[in-house]
Amino acid sequence: MEVNNKFTMNVLAKSANEGFARACISAFAAQLDPTLEEVNDIKTAVSEAVTNCIVHAYKEKIGKIYITGELCDKNTIRIKIRDTGCGIENVEKAMEPLYTTVGGERAGLGFAVMQSFMDTVKVRSAVGKGTSIVMTKRINRRINING
Amino acid sequence: MSVEIKTSGDTVTAYLSGELDHHSAKEMREAVDNAVELNMPSRLVLDFKGVSFMDSSGIGLVMGRYRTLLKTGAQLYITGASPQIYKVMKLAGIERLAKLEER
Repeated sequence: MEVNNKFTMNVLAKSANEGFARACISAFAAQLDPTLEEVNDIKTAVSEAVTNCIVHAYKEKIGKIYITGELCDKNTIRIKIRDTGCGIENVEKAMEPLYTTVGGERAGLGFAVMQSFMDTVKVRSAVGKGTSIVMTKRINRRINING
Repeated sequence: MSVEIKTSGDTVTAYLSGELDHHSAKEMREAVDNAVELNMPSRLVLDFKGVSFMDSSGIGLVMGRYRTLLKTGAQLYITGASPQIYKVMKLAGIERLAKLEER
C-alpha cells in the first residue's frame, strides 16, 4: 500500500490516555473525510486495543503504548498499536468473543469489536515480548455535492 | 463523566454522561450500585442520552448490573443509546438481557 501520510506517538499505559488516543486517531482520520459512523468505528476499535494494552499487557507496570496511523492508497487508514508487555500465549483463544483472563467486569469483547468495526485486524504476539495489532479500514469517499 | 440518580416509585434511573470507557466505568459502576443497594428497585433504567462514546467497558457495566439485578428479580432498561452505542450493544447481544432502546 502507498502511504500518503503518517503519524507516530507513544503514550504511557494509563487509562486517562484511552480518550487521548481516541481523540488523536479521529483527528488524523478526518483527513479522509469519513462519516460519523466510520469515525466512531475507528475510535471504538482503537479504544479496545489501547485498553487491552493497559489491562492485559502491562498488568504489573505502566509501560508504553506505541501508536502509528497511516493513510494509504487515498482512502484507507491503517493503525498499528503495539506494546512491549507480557504477550498473549494463545492469540486464537484470546480473540474468541467473551474470552477474558481478568476478573472484574471486562466483557471479553475487545477483539470482537475490533474485528466487527474494522475491515482487517492482524495480531502478532510473543510471550514476554509484547503484542502488535494492525487494523485497516477503508473510508468510502463521498461525492462532494458542491462540486 | 458523571452519573445523576433519580428515583420514582420503584424505579431507579441513572443518567450517565460523558465518555464511558475503562477509565470511567468504575466510577459509574459504583454510583449505580450504591443507588440500587439503597433503593432496591424493581426497575433499573440506565439512560445513555448524555454518553458521547462507549466501548466494550460499557458492556461490562451493563452485564455486571444485569447480574446484580438477577438476585432481586428487578428488570433492566437501557434508553437513549446513540447509534454508536447501540451498535456496540447489539454486537454484544445486550437486547437478550435488557430492554434496549435507541436514541
